[in-house]
Amino acid sequence: MNGLDELLDYDEVMATHDVVIGLEVHVELDTKSKMWCGCSTDFGAAPNSHTCPVCLGLPGSLPVVNRTAVESAIRIGLSLGCQIAEWCRFARKNYFYPDMTKNYQISQYDEPLCFDGEVVIVVDGQPQVIPIERVHMEEDAGKTSHVGGAGRIQGADYSLLDYNRAGVPLMEIVTKPVLGTGTKAPEVAREYMAFLRELMRALGVSQARMERGNMRCDANVSLMPKGSDELGTRTETKNINSLKSVEAALRYEICRQGAVLKRGGRVVQETRMWHEEGYTTAGRSKETAEDYRYFPEPDLVPVAPSREWVAQLRATLPEPPAERRIRLQAEWGFTDLEMRDVNGNEGAIDLIEQTVSAGAAAASARKWWLTELARRANEAGIGLDEVGISPAQVAALQSLVDDGTLTDNLARQVIDGVLAGEGEPADVVAARGLAVVSDEGALAQAVDAAIAANPAIAQKVRDGKVQAAGALIGAVMKAMKGRADAARVRELVLEKLS
Amino acid sequence: MALTVQDVARLADLARIELSEEELARLAPQLDVILTAVASVADVAGQDVPPTSHPVRLENVYRIDETRPSWPAEAMLAGAPAVEDDHFRVPRILDEEA
Repeated sequence: MNGLDELLDYDEVMATHDVVIGLEVHVELDTKSKMWCGCSTDFGAAPNSHTCPVCLGLPGSLPVVNRTAVESAIRIGLSLGCQIAEWCRFARKNYFYPDMTKNYQISQYDEPLCFDGEVVIVVDGQPQVIPIERVHMEEDAGKTSHVGGAGRIQGADYSLLDYNRAGVPLMEIVTKPVLGTGTKAPEVAREYMAFLRELMRALGVSQARMERGNMRCDANVSLMPKGSDELGTRTETKNINSLKSVEAALRYEICRQGAVLKRGGRVVQETRMWHEEGYTTAGRSKETAEDYRYFPEPDLVPVAPSREWVAQLRATLPEPPAERRIRLQAEWGFTDLEMRDVNGNEGAIDLIEQTVSAGAAAASARKWWLTELARRANEAGIGLDEVGISPAQVAALQSLVDDGTLTDNLARQVIDGVLAGEGEPADVVAARGLAVVSDEGALAQAVDAAIAANPAIAQKVRDGKVQAAGALIGAVMKAMKGRADAARVRELVLEKLS
Repeated sequence: MALTVQDVARLADLARIELSEEELARLAPQLDVILTAVASVADVAGQDVPPTSHPVRLENVYRIDETRPSWPAEAMLAGAPAVEDDHFRVPRILDEEA
């Protein structure tokens, strides 16, 4: 039942078939309170401590729409080029599963708030159109943990429910069938997810952390014989929790469906579950829309955003992230290669921009964030923005380097101090005595001592072997505990031995 | 109207309610009577009456995004048939996705 599917070579599938994908992306909003009640949306609280009669759907409770969630939905829709409905309703999606106590999810059905959009993303330098079907509002469900049976549903003895997440505002962003992806459908899907993640953060509506489930993707894929325009039978893969998985899951499904079709079989329309080990398995047979018996939610009144409100929200839209990257690259004078490095490090562009605003040169800001600090973030397995040093502190550190107080090596020790909670860079320099010794007398003394202790080497330098000076410079730097400007030491050594 | 035993069996399955053949045979006609009664509304609502989902014309009722204290977990769990470690405990779920 796992990973035993017959797979066709990807290139072989590409030679005979076109791929059509469709992506349904769920994004949890960062509102303070839930979609219909005042319970907190904070992640990681004690089980069921963020619940009330509304989010548990107890009799007599009434939901009321969170205005900020509607605003966020409209801003997302506008950013994706969507029309905003003049009037729309919520709908009950009826299903019986314990992740919702109400036995229905409040969602939207045939009247989504936003519809008919389009975005263009860039994949390997080529533009790719992603048509957007709709963006609608709904609520998240509770979290289920299965007890017994190694935590899986099959064989579980029973399940435990935490409803803190139930009722958190959830946006569903649905594409139309995406065509024309050539051999790159998996890469397009991944790039589109990265685009959405960046957009959500730029809008400030969601942290969009896939590993926390803030952003989740269900991926539809079907194969169409080349030259045909009839869509093939699609499967929907769920449980995709990272950008890497989006790409891997689609590639797997393409190869699996390719094998089914090659041996003359028919692809079964079904939901499949992605497993991080690298394969999909058949999930439950999909309930049809009719089975959900959607009907207008009687407890919530219609949403009819005025055109004035929509115009106001349009005015709050940030610069599109892709355009911002192009602008900043030009402002900073980074090469394409340098910029790719920036883009490849999550959060780096914001941190560098803030560091530059705090007074540092762009090249210096990039150097600190993408080398020393990126290394520390990687070692600790945390985000660049969680390392524990602020852009202002990095700018302050660089200004200490610029004015000669610190060498890069000393600056690294200052970072240690800042991360250890010893205060601002200047405080760390003072407390740890890290400043470069600029007292020429002290330097000259150290140089004399090094020459006296290494007469043979000194003679070589006098005889014209300038490379030998390195050993003397090293001795001086060691004696000064690194608190000297190596270039100045070199000058002094050569002066004295000339 | 014709609500069949098969329709009711399907609904029962979706609602995770186990009904015996006898119950299905007894309930289907009863539910059919109810549906027929409700459907009689259609007799008086002509083409000039728009479908009405909300009895009162009201739009755009919103809350400001502010948190309010939740209820104590113990209070919310008090009505649960089974509780474990501050979670609602439910029977095992088979043949379903997480």
